[in-house]
Order: sequence, then C-alpha cells, then structure tokens
Amino acid sequence: MKKLINKPEDVVREELEGIALAHPDLVKVHYEPNYIVRADAPIKGKVGIISGGGSGHEPMHGGFVGMGMLDAACPGAVFTSPTPDQMLEATKAVDGGAGVLHIVKNYTGDVMNFEMAADLARAEGIEVESVVIDDDVAVQDSLYTAGRRGVGSTVLAEKLCGAAAEEGRSLKEVADVCRKVKNWGRSMGMALTSCTVPHVGKPTFDLPEDEMEIGIGIHGEPGRTRMKVKPADEIVEMLMEPIINDIPYKAGDEVLLFVNGMGGTPLIELYIVYRKAYEIATKHGLKVVRNLVGPYITSLEMAGTSITMLKMDEDMLKLWDAPVKTPALRWGV
Amino acid sequence: MQIHRDQIVAWLKAYADLLSEKKEYLTELDAAIGDADHGANMDRGFQAVMKKMDELSNQDIGTIFKTVGMTLLSTVGGAGGPLYATFFLQAGMKATGKMELSLAEWSAALEAAVNGVKMRGKAELGDKTMIDALVPAVQALKTAQENGTSLSEALQQCAHAAEEGMKATIPLVARKGRASYLGERSAGHQDPGATSSYYLLQTAADVWSA
Repeated sequence: MKKLINKPEDVVREELEGIALAHPDLVKVHYEPNYIVRADAPIKGKVGIISGGGSGHEPMHGGFVGMGMLDAACPGAVFTSPTPDQMLEATKAVDGGAGVLHIVKNYTGDVMNFEMAADLARAEGIEVESVVIDDDVAVQDSLYTAGRRGVGSTVLAEKLCGAAAEEGRSLKEVADVCRKVKNWGRSMGMALTSCTVPHVGKPTFDLPEDEMEIGIGIHGEPGRTRMKVKPADEIVEMLMEPIINDIPYKAGDEVLLFVNGMGGTPLIELYIVYRKAYEIATKHGLKVVRNLVGPYITSLEMAGTSITMLKMDEDMLKLWDAPVKTPALRWGV
Repeated sequence: MQIHRDQIVAWLKAYADLLSEKKEYLTELDAAIGDADHGANMDRGFQAVMKKMDELSNQDIGTIFKTVGMTLLSTVGGAGGPLYATFFLQAGMKATGKMELSLAEWSAALEAAVNGVKMRGKAELGDKTMIDALVPAVQALKTAQENGTSLSEALQQCAHAAEEGMKATIPLVARKGRASYLGERSAGHQDPGATSSYYLLQTAADVWSA
C-alpha cells in the first residue's frame, strides 16, 4: 500500500485537523464525537441540515458544510457509518429551534445509526425528519435486497435542501425538497480500479488491468457485471441506459446532469464522459439545463465515474442557483 | 451451576482477544461480499469495551451488559455497531441487578438479545446475516435447558448450533446488508456477521465450561 498517510488509525483524525486549519472561516471541527459544523451554527430559526457517512468519499460530506448547504457532517471511520452519539451531538449543535433534517444514504449501517440518533434527538425535544436517498439503479432487485444504495443524488439533495433552509422554509418544506430529489434522482457508477482502505492495507477487490466493473458502489462493493475495458463512449452508454430506462420523467423534461469522479479519474476523462452523457440525454429529448462535473462523492483512490441525472423544476432551479459557500462547492458569493 | 459476573467479564475479555486475533479473517470474509470493515470495527469496539472493564469491577451483570452496549454504539459504526449494541442492551435488561445468572436466566437474556437484533436489523432466518447463527443458537440453548442438560453441555450445544448456522450461510444469497447488492454473487461466501456471532457464543461455551 502506497498512501500519503502517517498511521492508518490516525487518517480520519488528521484529515479533520487539516480541514479545521484550512477552513476556519467556514467550519469548526468537534472531536470525540467527531463532527464538522458550520462556524456560525446554530442559526436561530433556520432548519438545520445534517448528513454523514463513512469517510473516504471526500469532499462529501464535510466539504459541503457551510452557508447554503449542510449545517453539520458526521464522518465515520473509512467506509464505516458514523455512530449515533456523533449524529446526536451534531443535531444538538445545529438546532436553531426550527428542527433538523437528516439526509441519509441508504446503507444498512447508516440507516440504523441515523434511526437511533433521531430517536435520541426526539427524546431530547428536537424535531427531526429523515430522508433516505436511494438512487443507485445498479441495484436491480430492490425488493429482495437492502434496497438501492444512496450515491450521487445525495450531493444534489444537500445543495438544494441547504438553499431551501437558507430561505427560511419549514422543516417539512425542506424535507419535501429532499424527497423530490430522492424520487427524481437516478445514478449508476463504474470502476476501472479498486481502492485500498487504509486500515486494510490491500485493495478491496481484485480487478485485472484490462477489466472494469459496471454498477460499482462507492465502497468498492462489486457491481452488476465485470468485463473487458471499453472506450469511454461505450462505457457511458452502459451507464446511461439503465438510468434512462428507470427515470420517472419524459422527453421535454429539464434535467441536471452530474458526472462524478470516483477519486482516481482526472477531470480530462470526466469531461469526455460528460460530453457523451450529454449527447445521450439530449438524444432522449431531455434538456440538460444544469450540470456538475468533478470528484464530489468519491471512493478513495478508485478510478472510475458515476453519472447522476435529476429532473429539475422551476423551484429546484432557483435553489440550485442560490448562493453556496462551502469548502468544496462555492458560487454566487 | 451459575454464571458469575466474573465469568461474564472473563467471557468479554476472551471475546475481545479472539476478535483481535481474527480481525483480518473477519475483514477478509467481509471484503468478499461487503465492505471489508467488520473485523476492524468489531476489534475497535471491543478494545473500547476492555478500557471500560476496570470501572465495572463489582458491578452487576445488567450494568456490565448495558455499558458494553453503549460503548459498542459509540465506537463500532457500520451495521454491526447498532446490532451488537442492541444485543447487549437487551440482554442487560434481563440481567438488571444480578450478580450471577442461572442457565434459564442466561437463556432468557440471550433470547431477548437476539429478538432485539432481529427487530433492529429487520432480518429473518435465511437472509445471510448474524441472525442465521443466533436464532438456532437460542433454540438449541432453550431446548437443552428445558431438557435439564448441564450448563456446560447446554452451552456447547448452543455454540454448535451457532456454528452450523454460520456454515449454513455459505450457499445463501444475501437479502439484507451490503452483501445483498451482490445478489447471486453473494452465494458461496460465509457471512462475516454470522461468524462474529458464532465466535461470541463459542467463547461463552469455552470460558464458562472451563
């Protein structure tokens, strides 16, 4: 294993120390329990928004804490859900009296830990709503599995809900925006290489030099199928087809197209992916009105990409364009 | 024959040692069908439990179990954290104020623990989870206890049932947890959660029969 780390057990702690030093104007870092919180939290009368998950997906979620997005993020160990005590303390730290929204990615551990945290927070008199994002179309048989995984739509939900909360909307209204993203967002990912969890020290799975995995999750979970590597255009077709087949919208609808890097793929390749994904969406009559291209929900140093498509309505467009100021996403300010 | 609180502590220590020893094996099992963190997570949790043991000297079994549960809840993460936390919190409710447990009392505590896990994880027998080791173990322990089997023999039967249940996860297709995303590809691998659950009950049998 070759990594820019000191000791595997210190990875998350030292990353948090770096974030605290790099962005003192935007965030504060609390240790034990670990959470990253907006420097100006709690904001009186504003709905608080919290997310969290295993570390290793940076900039998600800590990089999205700040004005117009998250109020706090709870990082777990690498690829491991955070624990209820973190989420409870973060919830208390951001509660401005208008309630707190938990944005949860659909993984068994995340869902269970956030459920326990929401119960504990409600017992302390804080109003909590939870929305579970489950947008990964690679999981086919949702009825007999833990359900679809939460991937790229999570980033979009955090941006849109953050803007809605900033406008002063109620907890229910902010949660409604999140549910809209949950219902309209669809994603699919692929990997060219595996990734190595620091405390494991070797690649999570073996992927031969000339093969790729289609339908990969963001934790190195093997995907739908494995095959020989193909040109980018063909790969994008393989990702876009299941998304298009699954979307609950039609020709003429406006969409946001999000091409995400898994951590080890350079932007030069992501733009090649975007170009083809845009062409396919347009061919199906969808109007790509907004986009996001870059590594925003990663899987350590995995090479690969995921594509997310989200139908946009007028309100969502307004929320997307609203100012945001976080370590990883910043515009309009 | 009773299970004294000191034996409970000895069991937890032995389990923590076994997890340290088996953490790479558990992680390997998890890498095949999950996300390669089960060994490290369980080891981290039980090392934290070990640090709490000194302040628990002379405490009753209920307090010990509840402390273990709360410690796991804040240190393990993943799905294993809330599930094993629930196991010990539920068992703790059945052992409040007790300095020792009869076989019948341990059997009732284990049953409450496993029911808690079932409820929290919403998994059933055959879903390829820790439930596949735990449910047959509870059944075996209850049957042995009702038949008047000796404590050490009953514990061995309980551990044996857990081991069989663990092995029976190999051909199963996972329907809960991260392994379920693999569908048919999850078959042919032993479930890591069922494995750590088997270790827990085998350690109890070994430590309490000695």
